[in-house]
Amino acid sequence: MSFIVKPKVAHPKLPRNELGLTVRDYEGGMSTLCAGCGHDSITGAIMQAVFELSIPPHRLAKLSGIGCSSKTPAYFASASHGFNSVHGRMPSVATGANAANGELHFIGVSGDGDTLSIGFGQFSHAVRRNLNMLYVIENNGVYGLTKGQFSASADVGSKAKKGEANQQPPIDPCLTVLAMGGSFVARSFSGDKEQLVPLLKAGLKHRGFALIDVISPCVTFNDHEGSTKSYQFTRQHYHPAIYADFVPPSAEIRAEYEAGKAMPVKMHDGTEIVLRKVDPGYDPTDRAAAYSYLHQHQAKGEIVTGLLYIDEQKPDMHELAKTPDEPLGVMDFSKLCPGQSGLDKLMGRMR
Amino acid sequence: MSSKARDNDFTIKIANVNGTGSASANSLLMKALFRMGIPVSGKNYFPSNIQGLPTWYEIRVTGEGHVARSGRVDVMVAMNAETYRKDLECVAPGGYLIYDSTWPRNQLLNRSDITIIGVPLARMCNEHFSTARARILMKNVAYVGVLAALLELDMEVIKALLNESFASKKNLLEGNQQAIDMGFNYAREHFSCPLPFRARTIDKTRDHILIDGNTAAALGCLYAGATVGAWYPITPSTSLMDAFKGFCKRFREDPETGKSNYCIIQAEDELAAIGMVLGAGWNGARAFTPTSGPGISLMSEFLGYGYFTEIPAVVFNVQRCGPSTGMPTRTQQADIMACAYASHGDTRHVLLFPANPEECFYLSVAAFDLAERLQTPVMVLTDLDIGMNDWMCPDLKWDESYRPDRGKVLSAEELEEIPKFYRYLDVDGDGIPQRSLPGVHPKGAFFTRGSGHNMYGAYTEDANEYQQVVDRLLGKWETAKKLVPAAEVETVEKARTGFLTIGSCDAAVREARERLAADGVATSYLRVKAFPFGEEVQKFLDEHERIYVVEQNRDAQLRSLLLLEMRVDQAKLVSVRHYNGLPIDSGSVFDAVNQDLARGKAA
Repeated sequence: MSFIVKPKVAHPKLPRNELGLTVRDYEGGMSTLCAGCGHDSITGAIMQAVFELSIPPHRLAKLSGIGCSSKTPAYFASASHGFNSVHGRMPSVATGANAANGELHFIGVSGDGDTLSIGFGQFSHAVRRNLNMLYVIENNGVYGLTKGQFSASADVGSKAKKGEANQQPPIDPCLTVLAMGGSFVARSFSGDKEQLVPLLKAGLKHRGFALIDVISPCVTFNDHEGSTKSYQFTRQHYHPAIYADFVPPSAEIRAEYEAGKAMPVKMHDGTEIVLRKVDPGYDPTDRAAAYSYLHQHQAKGEIVTGLLYIDEQKPDMHELAKTPDEPLGVMDFSKLCPGQSGLDKLMGRMR
Repeated sequence: MSSKARDNDFTIKIANVNGTGSASANSLLMKALFRMGIPVSGKNYFPSNIQGLPTWYEIRVTGEGHVARSGRVDVMVAMNAETYRKDLECVAPGGYLIYDSTWPRNQLLNRSDITIIGVPLARMCNEHFSTARARILMKNVAYVGVLAALLELDMEVIKALLNESFASKKNLLEGNQQAIDMGFNYAREHFSCPLPFRARTIDKTRDHILIDGNTAAALGCLYAGATVGAWYPITPSTSLMDAFKGFCKRFREDPETGKSNYCIIQAEDELAAIGMVLGAGWNGARAFTPTSGPGISLMSEFLGYGYFTEIPAVVFNVQRCGPSTGMPTRTQQADIMACAYASHGDTRHVLLFPANPEECFYLSVAAFDLAERLQTPVMVLTDLDIGMNDWMCPDLKWDESYRPDRGKVLSAEELEEIPKFYRYLDVDGDGIPQRSLPGVHPKGAFFTRGSGHNMYGAYTEDANEYQQVVDRLLGKWETAKKLVPAAEVETVEKARTGFLTIGSCDAAVREARERLAADGVATSYLRVKAFPFGEEVQKFLDEHERIYVVEQNRDAQLRSLLLLEMRVDQAKLVSVRHYNGLPIDSGSVFDAVNQDLARGKAA
């Protein structure tokens, strides 16, 4: 961690968003993670994404579980509401919070241990409900806070700091979510902010559960020779399949796209993203094709990144529950209580 | 054997096989008595199974209005050959046993001190009805007809009930009526009716209803304005959410827009259910989860989180027999300690203890107000007896001026006015901090964390800062003592002996007190309705020399809680416990006290 607190003074020429805020208005407390931690880069990317989307900070809810990754909501958007829950249980809290008021923007930040081990059940069921939230896994293949045990995302043969090789097969969150019917599946790398920021924006705009699995090396316990989650290994095996360009509603698509490689996707709120495909044959709306593409490249030792799958039509939890637009948490009591006349009707059948 | 007529004072027990439709026959019998104006109490002893295991239903006909189990059986309807021996044994001397005489009875199983009545129920139904299902179902309806003749039930009332139940199913109505008549006529022709046990029409059920506690608690949730319900199905709490869903479908759905003003989430497990409730509570909705003992065990980590982060939540624990899986369809009050101090670390929780379905309704509403006022999880502890059995209760009344107490939630305007909002600051000395809801105002933002935090809501590992927060929580606990419902107290002048009890023990203890008073033993009475205990409990402990603490668990958990939390000499708290899974009966309380008094005299 660094020990110098940044002064809270913004450069007058810093860009401002539609709310007149600068990116510094989306900053949080000082990070206490190790210097060079991938998670801090992701924190920076999240700040950039919510800034660019002009989300009012107090309309953002940031939730997490337990672990290094789950500490990070304290490091961005101090003016937002944070919820650092218990280990592996953030999805349930997000579900209830969303049920009470789905108008807020929900970002969940979790780790590979918090999501794929202790929290695997809750994670799966949030996917199944298509809960409207952005869910970021800061994936480093290792337990950092307890000093270096393998996590469920560690690859077979990947070596721990002291040389021990992992023997158990990894759980791949992207393949898992694809198989479970997830509506937004992306992978990225903490070292590639260019790719990550638009993905985060697309995930926040997606109506439903948006998973972004971000490889985020642990500089202290998993950045050595022999680890498959190190900076070096990730850079060498990194295979971007798709770039997502986020187009704000007011802007026109100005960039030139090569024919056959650009694919516009209309988001639920009317905004648009343009997917730039490295491989023109790849179709990110075809679940089976996405699954098999990931599988094939995984076998070659490649880490496929980008917006791998998207389905904007799948109903989210609120649509299925037929809840009204007005948040349940603030609904007027007169709409909820049937009064004595209601009791009288019911009691007629109890005699 | 007494030949004296016992009008409106006897217990009928029906032994059956589950999955044969006996529930509707038993409910018909119970409702018929209720409509004759006679107070009744029904207890269902059912297996944790769908079809084929023994099940019993017990109806106490009680002109005096004693709704606890009497502990005796006067009329047994033995429909299950498998349990026949046991059923025969439990009939009180002078009682009656009715059995299906289609098949020969084992003559070795006999008793000379009771009257045995055989009715060929199966044969009559097989001859009369053509389908296999009807033959099984109607056998049960037919015994209602037999009882109607033997106990002199009002046939007009029974016919009216059948007409209401089968208004839209004409063919079922006819079949049911025929089965009733068949049983009725057979009994009239073959036996001298009525028995010395008779149901006489009186007028003691006016302005009363028959309702189970889970339904009443669900009504409380509806009326308190709860909008988010998360749950994982578990016996015996499941019918609470089923009822809530039914009420919401009726009262919370807009026929024009098709929108639902509620959100019920069937969670993947109890850990998720409580997580959802806390998430919803944090975000401003009144939220609840119904569960039972095993669910409480699973929820414990989050309950501690809710306590420490100060998020309102309402949990219904419809207690069943533990430990472990225990007996899921039997009753107990054995989660008192587990709930009072649920979760690791220094935690304590506000508990409410309804004694019957009527209180389930009112205390459910109170639970939501307390949870928001105190910003903490509140657990409502009922049990299977209250939750799943039909109880006679006074009509429910609703105060139309009621508005939810949202506690110290700051509005956007209030947040605008204050210089800075700190989530865990005790601004007015009652230990309860102010709260903001997400999304309301930029100044309201704060970080909720189960890790160490200081009074400003920031992360801390500082010794003093940490201790300030946990000490303030203790201050809030003191405030809670004044806000929770006071115990029900009935002090009898000069009585040096008292009863102290909880929840569904109420009726049994009251009846035992009456019997003791008739024998010249005057006792005072206190029933706790909430934890933490208030000053009135301390006063009662101080003012009585010998106190019978009556509860339904093996380890005297209520007594332990009193010893831990109050100033009292443990020698004066005499434990009376009932924990075999059946609801406590008045006789066992009466006997236990008499034994104790006899020991006192002998000493």
